[in-house]
Amino acid sequence: MKTESILEKILTSGQLAVTSECGPPRGALPDKVKEKAEFLRGCVDAVNVTDNQTAMVRMSSLAACIIIKQMGLNPLLQMVTRDRNRLAMQSEVIGAYAHGIDTMLCLSGDHPRFGDHPMAASVHDIDSVQAVTMVTKMRDDGLFQGGQKIDGPPKMFVGAAANPFADPFELRVARLAKKVKAGVDFIQTQCIYNVDKFEKWMEGVRDRGLDEKVYILAGITPMKSVGMAKYMKNKVPGMDVPDDLIKRMAGVPKENQAEEGIKVCLETIERLRNVKGVAGFHLMAIEWEHRVAEIVERAGLLPRPSF
Amino acid sequence: MESFQPVIVAFCCHYCAYTAADMAGSKRLHYPANVKIIRVPCTGKVSALHIMEALRKGADGVYVAGCLDGDCHFRSGNTCATKRVAYVKKLLDEIGIGGERVEMFAMSAGMGEVFARTATDFTEKIRDLGPNPARVGLDKLGCVGAGA
Amino acid sequence: MITAERKPIEDLIQSVSPYRRILLVGCNECVTVCSAGGRKEVALLSSALQMHFMKEAKPFEIKEITLERQCDPEYIEELVPIIDQADAVLSMACGCGVQEIARRFKEKPVLPAVNTTFMGASERQGVWAERCAGCGDCVLGVTGGVCPIARCSKQLLNGPCGGSTRGKCEVDPDIDCAWQLIWDRLKALGMTERYEENIPAKDWRTGRGGGPRKIVREDLA
Repeated sequence: MKTESILEKILTSGQLAVTSECGPPRGALPDKVKEKAEFLRGCVDAVNVTDNQTAMVRMSSLAACIIIKQMGLNPLLQMVTRDRNRLAMQSEVIGAYAHGIDTMLCLSGDHPRFGDHPMAASVHDIDSVQAVTMVTKMRDDGLFQGGQKIDGPPKMFVGAAANPFADPFELRVARLAKKVKAGVDFIQTQCIYNVDKFEKWMEGVRDRGLDEKVYILAGITPMKSVGMAKYMKNKVPGMDVPDDLIKRMAGVPKENQAEEGIKVCLETIERLRNVKGVAGFHLMAIEWEHRVAEIVERAGLLPRPSF
Repeated sequence: MESFQPVIVAFCCHYCAYTAADMAGSKRLHYPANVKIIRVPCTGKVSALHIMEALRKGADGVYVAGCLDGDCHFRSGNTCATKRVAYVKKLLDEIGIGGERVEMFAMSAGMGEVFARTATDFTEKIRDLGPNPARVGLDKLGCVGAGA
Repeated sequence: MITAERKPIEDLIQSVSPYRRILLVGCNECVTVCSAGGRKEVALLSSALQMHFMKEAKPFEIKEITLERQCDPEYIEELVPIIDQADAVLSMACGCGVQEIARRFKEKPVLPAVNTTFMGASERQGVWAERCAGCGDCVLGVTGGVCPIARCSKQLLNGPCGGSTRGKCEVDPDIDCAWQLIWDRLKALGMTERYEENIPAKDWRTGRGGGPRKIVREDLA
């Protein structure tokens, strides 16, 4: 065991892990964090806390993580390379670990162009692969990125993202291999709607034995409506929503679309839990945290293991 | 204002508009004497600076007359000219002179009537717009040839 | 080349307004090639400014000159005989030229007429695109001759990110995904194995991270 992370313990034990996410509020509203996180109590192993998601200013991931930690839940610190240089990132990692946060995710982050501060400078001092290298080196070698010794190294269980649906497809396994080479412990994937394509990607992952080296959590986002499905297809870069799925959502009356979306996501979970190399699920229920418990239960993923 | 006689400079392509002007002459078609024709080998030779300087040195309106779309003797000189005229129009708007004082026209060598009508219509349009505001301003200043 | 774009006329009119006599100085190098500040653009801007102030009935004189290079002090000397005839200089060179004139003529206001934008190449007639970020430690040898720092919107040294779609960047469909270009090149070169070599975090000291930079060639200096 590299860390004290509960997520690591569950994944190492061979049980399917379940994570979900909580987007911090756009204001100093600690109760909002608590309200959202409370929905996830007992039904997930870790709560991803996004870091200025979609390049919009929000309460910092670390601050919201601390609030969630104090609630007795298990937060997962997301960190984008867009907003901080390597000094700020490392101090944040140490700070998080000092507060008992032992699981994190390294991302490059959405470009500021998509957010509410398109005029901001992006930092990108390092990229997500280099961030993984940096944080695992802090943990394993007790060294800062600059080479100096850390007094009390943070023992982070380190994750990264993978998008099997972006182009070029032939690079998607190779890029995962780079993250594995950098020392990543687990992967949370982009939302999976095109299950066939995901399975094809997993085949490539297994061919290279990468599933033996990294835990892959399949990303699942329930559709609330056909409108959301269309938005995801047309407006969100790197998202692959098959037309059949949009047709299926459109085929049911508006008031039943939410239930249909949940059915779709349950079917996806059912299909993927049998795919070799899938180590768990990451449920990104965007502004739908209150439905996560139901999904996890109906998917037969309850109760969550305790350690 | 009634006595205002605008000065119009027309850059005419040798292969079309200039020949059309000839045709208009031989057909005894009337067009205003305000239009001073400058023959160019191709409208692609007319630069933004030619148009701007014509205005700065006193013209009230300038137009460029080239071949019909796809008929340029040098393949694409007329499309280049169209883009340049659009550029100059924008520049003239920005400096407060007004882009409507400049125009691009297309005609073939045989279109004597079109040449005469274009010259007449453009002259009337500029007459309506009034004198080039740069020249008016210069007259106010009372200094001749400033900056030249 | 260093590319630039003329500032909006409105801004230029405002910046020269306090002065009656302007020396408009072009540059025969990069800004000529990218049609921002060479002899032709000097003439056009001069014409436009003159016409504007004629219309305003405001006394305004402008003198035009285009130097071989504004970033070399010996060419700046050409301004010595005429500089006193101007109340201010309006330079159409890149930021380097503007600063060289300011350095040589300490008491003369120097105004920039262009926005210096990037180091780039001409894609086709009238279109220029960014190619180099001047990081001071070239990685093109390992990235198949395509720069991820200048050409990836997130300057990822280990791209592509999850937003690469059909060879285009998520930021703008007019931007090519640099990592798609890198991958295509590595394939063409038979060097695909190089993709999986992780490129380590960059030392930005050779770039802007180290403060203003200077090159000294001992044999020439």
